[in-house]
Amino acid sequence: MAVVDLTALSLTDLVAKVKAKEVSAAEVAAAYLARVRALDASIGAYLLVDGEGATAAAKAIDARIAKGEDCGPLAGAPIALKDIFTTAGVKTTCGSKILAGYVPPYDATVVKKLRAAGAVILGKTNMDEFAMGSSTENSAFMPTKNPWDLTRTPGGSSGGSAAAVAADLCAAATGTDTGGSIRQPASVSGVVGMKPTYGRVSRYGMIAFASSLDQGGPLAKTVRDAARLLESMSGHDPLDSTSADRPVPKLEDAATKGVKGLKVGVPKEYFGKGLDPEVESVVRGAIDSLRSAGATISEVSLKHTEYAVATYYIVATAEASSNLARYDGVRYGARVEAGNLTEMYAKTRDAGFGAEVKRRILLGTYVLSAGYYDAYYRKAMQARTLIRRAYESVLADHDVILGPVSPTPAFRLGEKTADPLAMYLSDIYTIAVNLAGLPGISVPAGFSTSGLPIGAQIVGRAWDEETVLRAAGAIEAAAGIASRKPVLNGAA
Amino acid sequence: MKISRDDVNRIAKLARLSLGDAEADAMTKQLDAILEYVVQLQTLDTNGVEPTAQVGDRATPMREDVPAPSLTQEEALCNAPKSAGGGFVVPKTVDVGN
Repeated sequence: MAVVDLTALSLTDLVAKVKAKEVSAAEVAAAYLARVRALDASIGAYLLVDGEGATAAAKAIDARIAKGEDCGPLAGAPIALKDIFTTAGVKTTCGSKILAGYVPPYDATVVKKLRAAGAVILGKTNMDEFAMGSSTENSAFMPTKNPWDLTRTPGGSSGGSAAAVAADLCAAATGTDTGGSIRQPASVSGVVGMKPTYGRVSRYGMIAFASSLDQGGPLAKTVRDAARLLESMSGHDPLDSTSADRPVPKLEDAATKGVKGLKVGVPKEYFGKGLDPEVESVVRGAIDSLRSAGATISEVSLKHTEYAVATYYIVATAEASSNLARYDGVRYGARVEAGNLTEMYAKTRDAGFGAEVKRRILLGTYVLSAGYYDAYYRKAMQARTLIRRAYESVLADHDVILGPVSPTPAFRLGEKTADPLAMYLSDIYTIAVNLAGLPGISVPAGFSTSGLPIGAQIVGRAWDEETVLRAAGAIEAAAGIASRKPVLNGAA
Repeated sequence: MKISRDDVNRIAKLARLSLGDAEADAMTKQLDAILEYVVQLQTLDTNGVEPTAQVGDRATPMREDVPAPSLTQEEALCNAPKSAGGGFVVPKTVDVGN
């Protein structure tokens, strides 16, 4: 029998093989663990690999399959978790030194759901500290390299998850997206990444950055994989009052349903200055492929686009300054001892937080402080209303909106670390979607001439992930690049 | 200048962050650049526009008030840097005079 490279398979194909007993979950876990050992030293996708836990979980799946049980839609699939999801008994850092030594006593709801669906948790992936960043360089521990070019970043903040999926170091991964942190790394790392509608996925056990914007979602090798993982992650959770009490839709077949008759709006504001010509050409190619597949394309105007970054960096930092007040050296994580309580707080937080986190806490504190609240925070909340309405107006007579994800392909390590504002502006096409709470996906659509992946973004109506996945599936099929993989030294 | 070094020191105190001198200088410059960018929002007409604090289905729903198991005391304390007698231990907060 020919040797099948298990790690190169899509999640859905892999699960089918496990269920058909063509391969055991233990063999699958061993293949992935071996690949991680061989390759991750040069990529740095994982902060923690739980070989023991993964092996035990895989064996348990095999035992159940042997008894004829249905182990669920993810049976035996090795999944990597962004290190923002709490895992019972397994260290969780959120990319920060302030959570040093923290071993959560509980699983995040997403983690519980994945385990119940048969997933094998491989480990925890690197991220920008508290998900604040667009390159994973703000991790307190190490940068992650882009598997397509090790001198470049994998994007962020879910950069470890994106790199792990791109390099076949997991079958799929979870991420979180507050302003583009799933979609942007997916785009520059050449994988599929989806942020669902706000409220679709429970935030319980997902360490908070900006609560009105944060959403968990999948990063995967194919649109079908992403749909299956999203289905498994979704659903109402009484432990998160913002999680929607709605039935979880069947999403998996959306990828192959086609786009005949679909109305696609292309915002002219997304093709202005700052957009790399190679990114523009790939996104225009995606537009053409939807047209060829039977969709109707029209140019639209998405008003207030130019205000999205400013609005976001007020709303998100205000919420962050409040959320991160909990890190005080009292209940968990690091503590720097001092003579009195106030000094202990200040010293603990000074030593525990990195520069970007401090910058955002300071900005958030400033925009909420007496005398500035109306000029900044209230103004931003009003701008958010206008941005939300602009999307509603376009989506009233279009099924989806199509545009770029990131203005450039992956940038170099160190290229933007000295200029926080330049880093913020790389999120220009993704953050308005979080402000509006809508579902959005990044799907690989092509490559730059130097071989860097470029994604296209599709945004849909609230709760209509299905149509977003349909459009993504059509772009994926037309691009025909799902089997193109980065070349990595040391690969078996 | 949108923000001064004194402003930064004031908000750092509010946020319980003790910044070093060099750090406070760097933060002042960077925050100033960000605020210079953000100020463009003032050109947007938001007269009479309701603010959006939250998106999603509806206002916070109520659940049945039924007791259910939660973290045990041991689990709640297991990550504390210091604990004793079933509680979190912190440095003294009040100096008792005379």
